[in-house]
Amino acid sequence: MEIRLNGKAREVGDGITVSQLLDELKLQALRVAVQVNTDIVKRERYGEVTLQPGDTVEILTFMSGG
Amino acid sequence: MRGGETLTIAGKAFRSRLFVGTGKYPDFATMEKALAASGTDMVTVAVRRVNLDRTQESLLDYIDLKKYSLLPNTAGCYTADEAVKYSRLAREVGMSSWVKLEVIGDQRTLFPDNEELLKATKILVKDGFVVLPYTNDDPVFAKKLEDAGAAAVMPLGAPIGSGLGIRNPHNIAIILQSAKVPVIVDAGVGTASDAAIAMEMGADGVLMNTAIAGAKDPVKMAEAMRKAIEAGRLAYEAGRIPKKSYASASTTMEGMIE
Repeated sequence: MEIRLNGKAREVGDGITVSQLLDELKLQALRVAVQVNTDIVKRERYGEVTLQPGDTVEILTFMSGG
Repeated sequence: MRGGETLTIAGKAFRSRLFVGTGKYPDFATMEKALAASGTDMVTVAVRRVNLDRTQESLLDYIDLKKYSLLPNTAGCYTADEAVKYSRLAREVGMSSWVKLEVIGDQRTLFPDNEELLKATKILVKDGFVVLPYTNDDPVFAKKLEDAGAAAVMPLGAPIGSGLGIRNPHNIAIILQSAKVPVIVDAGVGTASDAAIAMEMGADGVLMNTAIAGAKDPVKMAEAMRKAIEAGRLAYEAGRIPKKSYASASTTMEGMIE
């Protein structure tokens, strides 16, 4: 199925969880925040939140800034 | 006199009164050295999309979290809702509830939108955040932010990245007289004397980014800023002499030959 990840289309497995997506992206060890559509997904729910086709997923972290 | 020997914000004590941004350095290695030279305890960071290419280095590889605490900002937010959203995302990333709250009202000046800033401050304070709002040098508005529960107020010295120094020292002085929370001068510093001036006036701290990152030698400038902050603070604590129009001899006339 296709989701929108950080502004770009991306193919992922059907019913993938946030946790599995982070594994696939090798981001599990990194400090990130995840937003699915308009909601922030809390860390403790990464394993239970499954993505749906067409979901807009944003993965954010700390970058340089003043 | 404002504050004791140590700056404390929301119960957290800081060894340094200088806060430094992590943007605009030529490279991460220079940033790492500059942060060390500045002596800072807390650095600001932004919340942005993660780089999905994991072969590239990331900012956090260069920030020792045992040495520095992170102060996420809401740079680039133009509404209270947006700033609240970014603050919550930052809390998720960092597991800390501190935020440098910026709600910008105008793209060219990057001056804050006070109405939205106050709205966001109220929401975030209620949500348990330690809110450090970047505000303009308006004493009335600084008071409103304090009353809304801001943990400190951060009036600008001049527009962000402008290097113009403290453009309205009189307003900053009024804020310093009336604020009961720490006052951190945020933005506008161009060189070491600007930082020293803010500290001599009694500011509790200074936050800067471009003045260091944009200098020809950021590491040297970071050291200059550390010294300026310390010198300015010492001068404030020492209590300066009053300004007078006429001379007052430093050497006595007594003992001169007739």
